[in-house]
Amino acid sequence: MGSVPAWARVYVACVVLGALVCLVPLPDLHVPWWVVTLLAALYAGCERIPLPRGPRAAGASGREAPKGMGSFLPVLLAGAFLLPPAAAALVALPGALLARVEQRPRWLRRIWRAAQLAVAIWAASRVHRALGGRSAVVEPHFPQALVPAGAAVLTFCLVLTVLDGGILALAERVPVRGAWRGLFARSLAPVAVHGLAGLMMAVLWRSPYGPVAALLVLLPMYVSCWVFAQYHRERAAHQATIRALVQAVDIKDGYTRGHSERVGQASMMIARELGMDDERVEVLRFAGILHDVGKLGVPTRLLRKDGPLTPEERRVIELHPEYGHEMVRGIGFLGEARSAILHHHERLDGSGYPYGLVGGQIPEFARVVAVADAFDAMTSTRSYRRARPVPAALEELERCAGAQFDPGMVRALARALSRQGWHPAVTADNGVYPPAPSVSGRLEGHPT
Amino acid sequence: MSTAAPRRGFPTRSARFPSVTGAPTSLALTLVRALALFLGALSLAVTLWTGLEERGTALAFGLLIALGELTRWSGAEERETAPLGAAGALSYALLGAQAGQPTHHGAAQVVAVVTAAALLGCVPHVAGGRGPTLDHLTRRVLTVGFAAVCFQPLYNQGRFHGWSGPAYALLLVALLVLTALCDAVLAAAMAHSRTRWPFGPLLRDELRSMLGIGSAVCATGAVMSLAVAVVGLWALPVFSLPLLLTQLSFRRYAGVRVTYRQTIASLARATEIAGYTPAGHARRVAVLSSAVGRELGLSEPDLTVLEYAALMHDIGQLSLVDPVPAGATAVLPAEEQRRIALLGGAVVRQTGVDAEVAVVVERQADPYREQPVTARIVRAVNAYEELAREAGPGGTLTALEKLRLATARDYQPEVVESLARVLARGGLTLPQAG
Repeated sequence: MGSVPAWARVYVACVVLGALVCLVPLPDLHVPWWVVTLLAALYAGCERIPLPRGPRAAGASGREAPKGMGSFLPVLLAGAFLLPPAAAALVALPGALLARVEQRPRWLRRIWRAAQLAVAIWAASRVHRALGGRSAVVEPHFPQALVPAGAAVLTFCLVLTVLDGGILALAERVPVRGAWRGLFARSLAPVAVHGLAGLMMAVLWRSPYGPVAALLVLLPMYVSCWVFAQYHRERAAHQATIRALVQAVDIKDGYTRGHSERVGQASMMIARELGMDDERVEVLRFAGILHDVGKLGVPTRLLRKDGPLTPEERRVIELHPEYGHEMVRGIGFLGEARSAILHHHERLDGSGYPYGLVGGQIPEFARVVAVADAFDAMTSTRSYRRARPVPAALEELERCAGAQFDPGMVRALARALSRQGWHPAVTADNGVYPPAPSVSGRLEGHPT
Repeated sequence: MSTAAPRRGFPTRSARFPSVTGAPTSLALTLVRALALFLGALSLAVTLWTGLEERGTALAFGLLIALGELTRWSGAEERETAPLGAAGALSYALLGAQAGQPTHHGAAQVVAVVTAAALLGCVPHVAGGRGPTLDHLTRRVLTVGFAAVCFQPLYNQGRFHGWSGPAYALLLVALLVLTALCDAVLAAAMAHSRTRWPFGPLLRDELRSMLGIGSAVCATGAVMSLAVAVVGLWALPVFSLPLLLTQLSFRRYAGVRVTYRQTIASLARATEIAGYTPAGHARRVAVLSSAVGRELGLSEPDLTVLEYAALMHDIGQLSLVDPVPAGATAVLPAEEQRRIALLGGAVVRQTGVDAEVAVVVERQADPYREQPVTARIVRAVNAYEELAREAGPGGTLTALEKLRLATARDYQPEVVESLARVLARGGLTLPQAG
């Protein structure tokens, strides 16, 4: 966010006020202060430990690796299980105020985070006490001790979701429904796992083995976060490699610059319209992005030739689906996309290449990519003609539906376009992945 | 993102782990396996003779270990592929009390339960033919045996009764660290006798990997055993979940690494598809370079850099208008070689791999004294591959001779000799053209 809307500032101020109210009973409390100090220091330490960062080249695309997340939640939740609500809320403050924040405005983000966590932890601790969690930690009776802990985790998650959704709606102008949708479900599972670790920590803390044993709980959690950050780094590098493949094609075949990404985008729109699940949509997008990768095998001279091609030259160019398939056949995760790369020039009436497949013989993904490919070819400017407007291109696609294209795919594209319009990525520098809406960056980044 | 293994084409395993054929199982490996077998059989026999103490506890831990083994994944590279099984086994070995009551099981019972559960959990893996099961079991039995023999007899004699809680927790941690060290030595020794790679670097890599999942396993083992002592068997499911999360993270990480490697290999094939280099060249250079890197004792991160650089060393040729004849860059004038190398480095920098990889690709044509060691290996192996191919059958010696003649400036003598040793050892199954 560049400039923060006034309403968002008011909202943050309200939550800060709420957090201060939570802290009011502190001076009258009789709590073991060394526990509060130790937990707060621990949490601040967790926040400051750097996790491996993404490589420079990958920073522009994809999601940023979530930083400093996760490993600290067990500390906070253990605090909620061990301490009175106000003291538990205090544990969250130093760490949140010292945390590394990448985006501006830094201090506003830090304050927001501290206030949000304090309120959520206070509520969780309150619920835990109300359900008799205090005695369940001192003299643990499992599985009964799981009930107050579970309720506390649910409360924590719920409060965080409500607060997060509010700031998203106000500061980033995400529609309220969209802001809340999925936020809770996505964060519940990781928070629940961290809650279990927190409970174990609290129980061990109060046991004869003391804080030493409790600290051991954090080690696997930290390793888990560390590996997860590594995973993000590697994933970003992988995306950059796929982009390099596409750029290699662009070097050879200059005038199609950006074509690959746009075909990927159009393929994805069709796939969503057909109601495919997320994983297949993702694979289909790769199919669109990589559909012309076989052009790497075609001599540059032919690709750049102005004027009509001889039949022999045409035959050479028509080898590119097979070259492309040959190149990507070793990439396991592409799955169905590999057949789409091989068959994206087949036609429904059997007059396409390389195999002249008819109708349903053509893989579904190939039929999608064929429509997306033709659509983008018509709506972008080429050296020999100007771009056509979207309605004219759709009309042309509908005219050829049945003979060349699958009518179902053409209709799906038309529906998707009428709903969302066509906003192709302008440059080829855009990431292979559209940046996913980074919600809180803390909870969503978990592998569950 | 699914990471299904490719049906054909590239092997899923990395070039760093080539299948070694023809090497007879060494005596040391046989001895270690026999020792594990003997230990497992003896413990089972003793336990059958004396009967199980605390059956419920034994059953619960056995279930946990079997479950952990069932969820083992068959990544070729990960050190610990069944962290849950390992943590469960270690915590049973170090279990002293349950819900406040002292336990009475001995070391033999620990080894027997772990052996039985691990065998049970391995059945689907053996049936599916996945993963190196025998060595995995050997390590598990010996490691757990070590931990149990160190702890259980002393505990059952009451030596730790006077210890305070925190001291007892620290004792467990110390024992686990000791166990992990033994496990690393054992693993390195087994890998050494299996592959005949130098022992030192293998041990170093094992120790380095202990910081990752190894520490998580040890901490979980200690926590589980302490938590069971406090709250009873409910601690097992409660704390298994966080470790499962760790395991899931590792799995996804391993998955994306496999995918990434496949994509890099595909990018490397671009030059072959475009007709600039002969089919399979990049792959052969990668396999040989990795073998030489191993032989020279490079560390794991360096080996990854080496592998990627070897796969992509020819990528600069994509920017050429006319293909170099047969893709053979080693016979080009030095200036031209360097130009192609710089072009390649520019492409590699776009791929988001480690910047070191780009450096290796860029400097592959420099005289060896100015190169990093990885680039020296790529240069020598690439030249060898091209020369040997040119010379036809039996060209190995001719090509090596030519490399030796150029060791004054172009190729490092140590690298060439290491290459000769790798080639003489044979047994590396190089994928043929295709």
